[in-house]
Amino acid sequence: MRCQQSASDNERDATSGRTGLSAFADGGSTDDIIVGNNITKKFGNKTAVDNIDLRVHRGEIFGFLGPNGAGKTTTIRILTTLANLDSGTVVINGHDIVRDTIGAKASMGVIQQHISLDKDLTVIENMQQHAMYHKLPRPERKKRIDELVEYIGLHEYVDYKVDALSGGWKKRAAIVCALLHSPQILFLDEPTVGLDIKARRLIWDIIRKLNKSGTTIFLTTHYIEEAEALCDRVAFIDQGKIIAMGTPEELCKKVGATTVEYFDGDKKTKYVYFSSRGEANDFVNTLGANDTVTIRNTNLEDCFVELTGKSVGGN
Amino acid sequence: MFDHLKEIYYVAWADLRFMRHTMVNVLIMSLMAPLLYLLAFGYGMGRGIITEGVSYIAFIVPGIVALTALSASFSSTSSRMNVQRLYYRSFDEMMLGPLRLSSIVIGKSILGVVRGLISCLIIFAIGMMLTSELQFTPLFVLCMIVSCLTFSLLGETAALLAKTHQSMSTFSTLIILPMTFLCGTFFSIGSMPEWLRMVLYALPLTYSSTSMRESALGWSFSVASLAMLVAFGIAFYLANIYLLKTRRV
Repeated sequence: MRCQQSASDNERDATSGRTGLSAFADGGSTDDIIVGNNITKKFGNKTAVDNIDLRVHRGEIFGFLGPNGAGKTTTIRILTTLANLDSGTVVINGHDIVRDTIGAKASMGVIQQHISLDKDLTVIENMQQHAMYHKLPRPERKKRIDELVEYIGLHEYVDYKVDALSGGWKKRAAIVCALLHSPQILFLDEPTVGLDIKARRLIWDIIRKLNKSGTTIFLTTHYIEEAEALCDRVAFIDQGKIIAMGTPEELCKKVGATTVEYFDGDKKTKYVYFSSRGEANDFVNTLGANDTVTIRNTNLEDCFVELTGKSVGGN
Repeated sequence: MFDHLKEIYYVAWADLRFMRHTMVNVLIMSLMAPLLYLLAFGYGMGRGIITEGVSYIAFIVPGIVALTALSASFSSTSSRMNVQRLYYRSFDEMMLGPLRLSSIVIGKSILGVVRGLISCLIIFAIGMMLTSELQFTPLFVLCMIVSCLTFSLLGETAALLAKTHQSMSTFSTLIILPMTFLCGTFFSIGSMPEWLRMVLYALPLTYSSTSMRESALGWSFSVASLAMLVAFGIAFYLANIYLLKTRRV
């Protein structure tokens, strides 16, 4: 029997340390910037979002995790007022999105999954346009654009047409546009989908920096490692329903903090969850000598699979 | 009020910027068809013909100006909005701004109004060089502005209803093309059968052609035509507000 300590353990420990930085990691804050009750949205007979309740604490990074088609984008479109609710209520930063749409919009910045910049304009023109949509006075407009271009490191590209930029730079330009009016909450729909590893890590750094400066982050993703690297709390969504919500540690504890992963005589990889490493070791001692066994910390992928019966990739 | 005007400017700014980038293309696209109509119908077919007491060229120039208002205003607004909404998705970015829906609807029509007015003025100026029977009056300018605004708002309606680029073409073929040839541009609708006249009175270009012709030729002006054109504009405006409020993902 080979017993391995997973390489990801160190990363996981580092992650645990990181989440501990947040004042909201225990979900204890009552200052909620997003309060959603019974949010429902149907398309014909299909219920895309099914009666979900949502609380996002001010200052946290909140991840909405689920496979493609689970209802993540529809939910984010509802929260950002781009899609109408069929029933339920949503209050963003104290503004009801139906009765005070303009107040709610003024509090939020949104980075959509697909780059939604105007490709007929240059990068700087797109920024000016966004600043105008958010009614920034002319002197402040220039100042904010200069500040953010410097902050994101886009200064070389501001006079380029949008289509001349790579995916990562387009995403950074979209981030500048979304931040011009200093939103209190930033929504990111699949922020790193389609980006290479380097660009992805740069976006993660920007998200962390923004959060440290006080911006609440709501992001959807189907990348487990993204949720683990960034989020203080996550919600799992599947078939329009929230399956579980909490800090990554809470969710992992719910399933069992330690995972034994082994390849058994049936030629299948099996996963068994234990509340302590001691119990996991006891179980490993009962396995056959030829089984390949890994003992590791439970991760969000394990939680998702265990709670929904499917992987975040959608299978 | 001032705040509202500022919002309209903010919405229109990027479209006007886009127009500046593509000015030559804009003028060629907007003027080609009306100039061909002017040559083919005005010079080719209509030389020496007297229609309703004026030369045929004087008769059709206001009609062609109305047609230019329709084609330039409708197509510039609808195609830009269609691309922004379905392909660039930058329309969503605008919808995320804390702007009044009325500012968005009016702001998005400005591109069509400006392009329509530029094209109309050029066609009318050419018309004035061809015949001395035409008059450039404030009433004519008012009719031109109302026409361009109404057709630009119609372009928005078409773009908001379109689910694909193909459906925009279908809308143009079913609504715009029949208006082009039937709504009194090239002949008086008085010569049409009664049932067809009823259909034509349900189309805005009929009122645009009538009011422009009456104001440009110094005929007695029927306020009802201009009022009908304004009514169409209000109907398109309200339809656009409704579509923005109830839009689906």
